[in-house]
Amino acid sequence: MELFLSTLINGLSLGGIYAMIALGYTMVYGIAKMLNFAHGDIIMVGGYIIYVFMALNNPLLAIFMAVVGCVLLGILIEKVAYKPLRGASPLAVLITAIGVSYLLQSLAQIIFGSANKMVTVYDFGSVTILGVPMQVSALVTLGVTVVVMAALTLFIKYTRLGRAMIAVSEDKGAAQLMGINVNGIITITFAIGSALAALAGLFYLLKAPSISSTLGAMPGIKAFTAAVIGGIGSIPGAMLGGILLGMVECISYKITAIAPYTDAIEFSILIIILLVRPTGFLGKKRREKV
Amino acid sequence: MMFKKFNLNHYINYIVIGILTVVLSVITMTGGRLDSSLLFLLEKIAISIILAVSLSLVVGFLGELSLGHAGFMCVGAYIGGKVAALLEDSLGNGLPTFLIALLVGGGVAAVCGIIIGIPALRLRGDYLAIVTLAFGEIVKSLFQNTSDETFGGALGLPTPRFDKKYLFIIAFVLVLITLAVVQNFIRSKHGRAVTAIRDNEIAARASGINVTKYKLLAFTLSATFAGIAGVLYSFSNYTVQSAKFGYNYSIEILVMVVLGGMGSINGSIIAAALITFLNTKLATVLTGDLAVLQNLLYALILIVIVIYNNAPALKSFRDRYSLSVLWKKLIRRKHDPATHKDDEAKWDVVPTKIEMNEVLSIDVVPPEAKGNTGNGGDD
Repeated sequence: MELFLSTLINGLSLGGIYAMIALGYTMVYGIAKMLNFAHGDIIMVGGYIIYVFMALNNPLLAIFMAVVGCVLLGILIEKVAYKPLRGASPLAVLITAIGVSYLLQSLAQIIFGSANKMVTVYDFGSVTILGVPMQVSALVTLGVTVVVMAALTLFIKYTRLGRAMIAVSEDKGAAQLMGINVNGIITITFAIGSALAALAGLFYLLKAPSISSTLGAMPGIKAFTAAVIGGIGSIPGAMLGGILLGMVECISYKITAIAPYTDAIEFSILIIILLVRPTGFLGKKRREKV
Repeated sequence: MMFKKFNLNHYINYIVIGILTVVLSVITMTGGRLDSSLLFLLEKIAISIILAVSLSLVVGFLGELSLGHAGFMCVGAYIGGKVAALLEDSLGNGLPTFLIALLVGGGVAAVCGIIIGIPALRLRGDYLAIVTLAFGEIVKSLFQNTSDETFGGALGLPTPRFDKKYLFIIAFVLVLITLAVVQNFIRSKHGRAVTAIRDNEIAARASGINVTKYKLLAFTLSATFAGIAGVLYSFSNYTVQSAKFGYNYSIEILVMVVLGGMGSINGSIIAAALITFLNTKLATVLTGDLAVLQNLLYALILIVIVIYNNAPALKSFRDRYSLSVLWKKLIRRKHDPATHKDDEAKWDVVPTKIEMNEVLSIDVVPPEAKGNTGNGGDD
């Protein structure tokens, strides 16, 4: 029971982080129709910004600066690297995105060195629920994720801007004819995605207070896996996929026999999902038109 | 039987690599001393060329992105190295062992390619990139966690050594075989189907091309040669360690293909040789924390070259000043005027462009066109 409960909470909080990142992937994929490989590395940049501003010992300022910094970085990347390629082949955009991801990683390594940096943002301590000791940070992560997801869903459903986003993801040309500023919407999508990545960076630091230039690489790939499992382009799908993947990872780590193969198991799930249900759990099937 | 016109451009890479191989082989066999580090560099260049040419088939001609090329190489290296180690006692450390290892290693990589290709290539979009990336990670973690007796675990698999002096000859023969297979594939009916899919998948499907079949065919072929490069790697090194075949290595191969120009085999060959050479030189210069500058260079190469080659806004600039255009101009100036295709093309356009009063006043036939043979079509 104790093991079950702690695994459940850990799985849900890790899943929350994945969902947070997956959401950024899914939104950008839905609107710009591109796989933003650099998304994972924005998490890492967010983490380093928190590390830098934690020198002032003010967690709230550090978090605020991380969000602002990541939003600016996301917009900059979109303007410099992706916008010139709008209308080019998807392959070109994908390779540029990989280049940007690689660039961010190597720049971070040049600036901060290859050794891990330690930073404690805020120590929430632990609390005992039903006789099980638990990290409060895991509960905070879970709570913030749920609130952000709900807010984002409401934003997209009920505001003009959110509906404009849906319109752009459905049909760029038609949206433009309706007077929607498509380039502006794409920029805003990148900004929101980057802000979510900054929060994910914060959660990673709450989970383990150590940061390196490759912090975001693996979570980024896994979150994309989560987005595909849940159905790429779908916000509840990103949540579902993220939680599912987080649970699988935590359970797998608890079983000694398969613990070393955890990554392999998660990616195998991706391959099986693509075989059985390519649109993911909640994705819509789109017909190809000429 | 009909003889096609001999096109030097189709064979130039065989000729250059062939002559290079023969010259170096003659030097080694007649007792000339090649530095052992030079031999190792040659082996590494051969491995890189095989990898880059095979990845170019997927990225340049199929138009899909594979981020797990190092994963297929890893499979080939481990399986090939293991087979060689098992055969060492019975067959010795000679060519038969190498060939069997090559077949088995390449074969297993091909099977992996099919297994990975079936789920990913049925779908449109960037799924192949993410699935191959996942495959690379799966392979790495599987081999890392094997026991010491099977594949050596985290310490790596010790591999039997092939005679160092002659390995590079075999490596370059493999390069020639790879070139022959890949280039003939591209110029065959299958290759045309593959490039048709790249250019417009829906149109290709409507023309009766079995899209999944051809995608799978090209991808599996590419995986096979990555496996063969892996076997070669296992013979060229003392141990095979799965950590070497990570995401970064896949990116390095991608950089070679992008630098060489997507869809250009010769470009891939030159870029593979250049990057491998640079890597060896940079490894001695950039040590410790500076080593990351190399990654920075790769990242910039990827971004700048791809944006330059693909940005719609830069198209008119590219049409005038790209390397291939300048090169063609340079070559054409030396040829006889009959092959001046630029002028032929202009002649077709002239009557629609000029003003009415000009037509009345001057002779519209350009002086150059009179010297032409008159068959306006290009080759």
